[in-house]
Amino acid sequence: MAHIALPDESLPGIVGLFNFRPETAKSLRWLADTLLRGESPLTSGERELIAAYVSHLNDCQFCHMSHASAAMAHLSCDLDKIADIRNDFKEIPVTPKLRALLAIAAKVQKSGKEVSDEDVAAARAEGAIDREIHDTVLIAASFCMFNRYVDGLGTWAPQDNEDYREMGQRMAFKGYIPAPVEAVKQ
Amino acid sequence: MPHIPLPEHLPGITGLLEYNKETAAPIRELTQFILRGESTLTPGERELIATIVSHNNACKFCTAAHTAAADLLLGNTETCEIMKQDIDAAPVSDKMKALLKIAKQVQISGKAVTTEAIAEAKNNGATDIEIHDTVLIAALFCLYNRYVDGMATVAPANPEFYQGLGQRLVDNGYNRLTNGYDHLKKQEQPA
Repeated sequence: MAHIALPDESLPGIVGLFNFRPETAKSLRWLADTLLRGESPLTSGERELIAAYVSHLNDCQFCHMSHASAAMAHLSCDLDKIADIRNDFKEIPVTPKLRALLAIAAKVQKSGKEVSDEDVAAARAEGAIDREIHDTVLIAASFCMFNRYVDGLGTWAPQDNEDYREMGQRMAFKGYIPAPVEAVKQ
Repeated sequence: MPHIPLPEHLPGITGLLEYNKETAAPIRELTQFILRGESTLTPGERELIATIVSHNNACKFCTAAHTAAADLLLGNTETCEIMKQDIDAAPVSDKMKALLKIAKQVQISGKAVTTEAIAEAKNNGATDIEIHDTVLIAALFCLYNRYVDGMATVAPANPEFYQGLGQRLVDNGYNRLTNGYDHLKKQEQPA
């Protein structure tokens, strides 16, 4: 049970919190959509992998599984490849540039101060440009927020890959901002 | 030196928010609402939450900026100073002490928040919305602190810089200034 009384306890993770506080949900949904589906030199699949990876490092089941499922939808991978995100990307095709950016994201997860000039130089050596370095750091930092929000309020998370299939496809292809009809229903 | 070229007249977070206005817009909107919007917590109390989290993340720029804003809103400098050393000794309500302790746990990890800390806040009169907003403010500053330090932005050494910034946060809040920030180019640059 969550730490606060949510109007609908059946809604998992951040969905229950969005329902509790629509005022902040609007900005948070807009932020997620801009970060993961807005204009960027990184593909949405790459950005969702960064989100899923940082959420794994923060041990946030709901964010990890839902963004991993969105990444799999973008990359046309089976959901059983999700475990590979937790296992150093041995099977999911990851470019050397993305691997260097994931290393930066892992530093950000610990602390902003952990990101060294060498980490950035290594990403640049693989072809990363300013905007890709920026987007990686901001996505990683943002998931350090989302993960703390979701777990800090004690929300629950479904356990199986399959539970996240539809959610991931919706996140990947419809985005994070609900259609007007859905918003009214709330 | 920042990891990417940023406007030199805008150290810390401001240069980043100007670098990419598309991602800045929802972050600014969220911050304005959660720190300045209607709430049973005062803006000064909410700035204390921002300050304790930034302090514990050792983010120099954010700590100095939000300490300055909190000092102005509370009308003293002792509250922040004492809070950073010992929350229990700070001249704030018991409810605020409990909320600041939750914020400290969020800084470590969402999973570090204990049912005891939540119960303590509720026993001291904290509402669910106050607990929610405390967790979200603390989480938001885990974003800001990592963004500011992860991009190696400049934190001016000059204390007057933060006085000016704190005053701007009190007067204008977190929305982007209507006319942007070009007027700051005229000011003397910190070393």
